[in-house]
Amino acid sequence: MATKSKAGAKARAKAKAPARGKAAAAKKAPVRAAVKAAKGRKKEMISAGKTTVDIDHFLKTKGLDTEREKIIGQHIGYRYDVNLLPDYDRLTPFLRTYIETMGWDDLNWLEDVHLGYEDGRPAIFDRNINGWVSMPKGIKLPDNQQDRDMLARELLIKFQMSQKHPLYQLKQIYKKF
Amino acid sequence: MAKLERAKSEHPSHAMGWHVQPLKGRSIQAFFSIEDDGENFTYPDAFDVDFNKRAEFDARALDGPAINRKIRQLMSEGYGWIVVRNPLAKHSLGVGILQKLKLDFDGSLGYFGVGLIDGPNVRIKGRVGWSCAENMMSGVVVIEKNAGSTFGAAIRGGDLVCKGDVGARTGIDQKGGSILIGGRTGAFSGFMMQRGRMVVCGDAGKNLGDSMYDGTIFVGGAIQSLGVDAIEAELTALDVAWLTRKLGMYGLEPKNGIRNMTKIVAGKQLWSYDNLEPAEKKLVL
Repeated sequence: MATKSKAGAKARAKAKAPARGKAAAAKKAPVRAAVKAAKGRKKEMISAGKTTVDIDHFLKTKGLDTEREKIIGQHIGYRYDVNLLPDYDRLTPFLRTYIETMGWDDLNWLEDVHLGYEDGRPAIFDRNINGWVSMPKGIKLPDNQQDRDMLARELLIKFQMSQKHPLYQLKQIYKKF
Repeated sequence: MAKLERAKSEHPSHAMGWHVQPLKGRSIQAFFSIEDDGENFTYPDAFDVDFNKRAEFDARALDGPAINRKIRQLMSEGYGWIVVRNPLAKHSLGVGILQKLKLDFDGSLGYFGVGLIDGPNVRIKGRVGWSCAENMMSGVVVIEKNAGSTFGAAIRGGDLVCKGDVGARTGIDQKGGSILIGGRTGAFSGFMMQRGRMVVCGDAGKNLGDSMYDGTIFVGGAIQSLGVDAIEAELTALDVAWLTRKLGMYGLEPKNGIRNMTKIVAGKQLWSYDNLEPAEKKLVL
């Protein structure tokens, strides 16, 4: 008896299935359109990132490449490749001495430091002050990102280890021990 | 009445400048000269320590804070290599060291070991509990055996190495640095990862890289499942060179060789800059 009722339920479900499928498809149509549009925007963003071959792109422009960026008036995402791994053949003498002083075998935390761009100027993000440090005007930027990153690392170390760094000055005032 | 009129026209916050001061373009400027101020390699207030000056002490009878104070006292005396005997898995040991130092623990650490460090080279001969090297800024931490959950939580820089297996949620909220695991890692590793690199030589548990925003995960073994918005990417020549150098530094080797490692990155579908409604976003993912 139980088997019979199960079979009946299956048949009823099968009969209703096409109608349900059509209704569900109709319901999902606008959502699918939105998804398609989103994927289009994603592709647009990716292609914008890939076509940004000019290393001075963010110095020459505001970085508003996609339609979405133009609408909101700001660049989406980082202005540099955060995943770019360092090329150790381009280490500067200063950085070599720093690594040696600290007793490390490589750049350590500096692997995550890159030259970025803020307000149309080359700048380095300093995590200790949660802000950007602008590159001095007189310094000529190299023509490739790897060398620019090495320069940024050097400048950041010099700034962080300076007595004029805001964190040091704050510590002098508020330190407990 | 006069008071009432004043209240209508002038809100107290006007006097504080909230209504006239534009938020855009505000900055605190600090000026420094590379030539005059920039030749130090350590923080100005760091103790001047020498790696060749070695000290060791037995921590058996000391509690956690006392052990940390002892390390600090030795640093102030110029010791650059400190060996702690019998740490006995006490919690929060070796935390808040913001300078260069060679620190060896001859045993295991409890919870929150070597957290908030910025610079030291730490070697732990035993195991570590939850949240080892949490909020690490720079330096090297090498654990010879296994580690607990949330290993390297919110790490921002440096090399964090565990030669054995680690628990769940490894590198949760990772914002930089490299987490290297010689063995396996648990579920939800790389959860909400934002930057940095995670290398797992063995297998990875469920939901690897769930909700990751950016960063890279390399896995040498099998991946049980990928989390939301974690996708596979192609291993580049720069990746192989970096992995060969980095893993070689700590004597680690992936299960099937470096060239056969799986690279996981963010699909960037969670980037909240588009105008998708939450219901639509669910369907995309």
